[in-house]
Amino acid sequence: MPAIDVQHLTRRFGAFVAVDDLSFSVRRGEIFGFLGSNGAGKSTTIRMLCGLLRPTSGTAMVDGVDVARDPEGVKRRIGYMSQRFSLYELLTVDQNISFFGGIYGLSPERLAERRRFAIEMAGLEGREKTVARQLAGGWRQRLALGCAMLHEPSILFLDEPTGGVDPLSRRRFWRLIDSLSQSGVTILVTTHYLDEAERCHRVALIHAGRLAVIGTPGEVKRVFADRLIVEVRAASPVEVMRALDTMPEVEKTSLFGTAVHAVLRPGAGGETSLAERLRLQGVEVDTVSAVLPSLEDVFLDVVDRAERGRGTAA
Amino acid sequence: MTKALAVCRKELRQISRDRRTLVILLFVPAFFLLLYGFALNFDIRHVKLIVEDRDGTQASRAMVSAFINSGYFDLAGAVYSPADAELALDLDRARAVLVIPEGFGRDLSSGRAAPVQVIIGGDNANTATTVMGYAANILRSAGAALAPAGPSSSEVVPPVTVEPRIWYNPELRSTLFLVPGLIAYIAMITAVASTALSIVREKEVGTMEQVRMAPIDTLSFIVGKTIPYFLISLASAVLIILASMVLFGLPMRGDWMSLLVALSLFLIGALATGLLISTASDTQQVAFQIALLISLLPTLMLSGFIFPIASMPRALQLITYVVPARYFLVALRGIVLKGSSVGHLIVPLAALAAYALTMLSLASIRLARERA
Repeated sequence: MPAIDVQHLTRRFGAFVAVDDLSFSVRRGEIFGFLGSNGAGKSTTIRMLCGLLRPTSGTAMVDGVDVARDPEGVKRRIGYMSQRFSLYELLTVDQNISFFGGIYGLSPERLAERRRFAIEMAGLEGREKTVARQLAGGWRQRLALGCAMLHEPSILFLDEPTGGVDPLSRRRFWRLIDSLSQSGVTILVTTHYLDEAERCHRVALIHAGRLAVIGTPGEVKRVFADRLIVEVRAASPVEVMRALDTMPEVEKTSLFGTAVHAVLRPGAGGETSLAERLRLQGVEVDTVSAVLPSLEDVFLDVVDRAERGRGTAA
Repeated sequence: MTKALAVCRKELRQISRDRRTLVILLFVPAFFLLLYGFALNFDIRHVKLIVEDRDGTQASRAMVSAFINSGYFDLAGAVYSPADAELALDLDRARAVLVIPEGFGRDLSSGRAAPVQVIIGGDNANTATTVMGYAANILRSAGAALAPAGPSSSEVVPPVTVEPRIWYNPELRSTLFLVPGLIAYIAMITAVASTALSIVREKEVGTMEQVRMAPIDTLSFIVGKTIPYFLISLASAVLIILASMVLFGLPMRGDWMSLLVALSLFLIGALATGLLISTASDTQQVAFQIALLISLLPTLMLSGFIFPIASMPRALQLITYVVPARYFLVALRGIVLKGSSVGHLIVPLAALAAYALTMLSLASIRLARERA
């Protein structure tokens, strides 16, 4: 039995279709990345999977429980943490743990045991009496995760869990996620950071409420199998982009920091011929090299094609 | 119930850390009481009076003294012509002028009618009506005292006399009437705002979403959330009632147990109203505006606090039936002023209980729906 099994899940708000016929499943112990731009339907999907929102149609089974039939049963089985690390700022670390343990109905003995676990996981030993407001981002984040894990859920939903946290804390957080996954906890995580998505076992990219791509990060990148991505570094990236856009073999260009990524059409010449043509046009470039597609390339490509597909369909 | 307890304990800890909210909930109501209690007073004293005494006899001077000694009027000066009197009113040096015509003493001693003129500035109609009442009373009693006792005057004693007695508030001090209304009003604000704002604040910072993800039933959540604010608003209400007794001489003729019953029913209704408001708003600002519109203004205007319900248009009267303060005021005034007990107040108390129950049910339905 998969940890999460979603079949034809759909949610409408009036005439607006927020989630459109979504189907996928997540294996036990898997770290499953859920990607998509704002408003793509990620949050709506998570809310349905957590039993907060009833699906309009389709089914979602979470740990074998139908979210539409038994939302409370789902809530008992899952842990949830949002980007806001929702803690009570005025309460101490200990009091926050007591509260969340209390509303999950933990017995005093079990709470004592889980309290040790949460404190240890967050690395907050000796700071039990600190008021949550005084904790730095990374600590708050780990405490929030600890509070979401008090009732030992087998599935964890993390909604943009690393927003506003420094890189060191982010890395530490992901090590935590890895170890939880190894102990058998299933993790569904949404993120804007595509480097984080690379750490997922599998990712699903949704766009406009529909599943656009699903697979391991490696599989997903194979959408570029017959096309080449060339990275051009130059003093004036804008000028480079303008020049590239006039070339027939260039499918599209996009800005990546200070560099330009050009996707070449299948069968086009390699990066050397492209460099030559740029020089002929009098555009100054520093380096021109073929690169492996990143998830960001995939993301942009998929969204682009989805938009174009919709344009021709209309 | 252990879940309700967890919510309750969390709430109390949070409030005790949040000094500002605690002070606002406990002491601002008492401050309101002071402010409104002294400002809202329909009794009028120290009305500035100008005297135009054209008679200048012992009788006319006795009449002037009767006005000043009543305590309602202060002598602001004397004038000797109608033009000066008018000027004094125009310049607001006086609110009333007493004109005693020539021959007043003579007419009085010979048993003839002795007219006296009182001119009152009518720019504030409420004050003018009250001042007129005072003046008429003084004139009647002083006139009777000054008239010579003799067979001629005793003959005109009317066959039927009215001797009015005002019960519960013999001096007709408007404070005794207004302070209970003030107590209801302040208790309503505190209670409605406390639950409404506490939940909406949780929505704003995102903890509400986290709580919704937990398997806690709506009832436990409501009970846990309401109990702390019930205790605080009860303490705050008792505080302002005690303050009213010390500061405004509000009596306590009934028993505290009855008062506690009425107060509790009223507060539970108000707290539930706050819960209901919280389900309809996402920011504290919106919550406060809704609270103002649906509970505070009706409490002020439509409860009989200031404007008598009986003299409202029919449509407004119908609305007052769903304003809980209407029933609470009947109960509160009954208990503190008349010494009524629970047995006398079955109807208003039942209405308060019905209101509380309705609001609690509506709030649970809405909260449960928000969670699903």
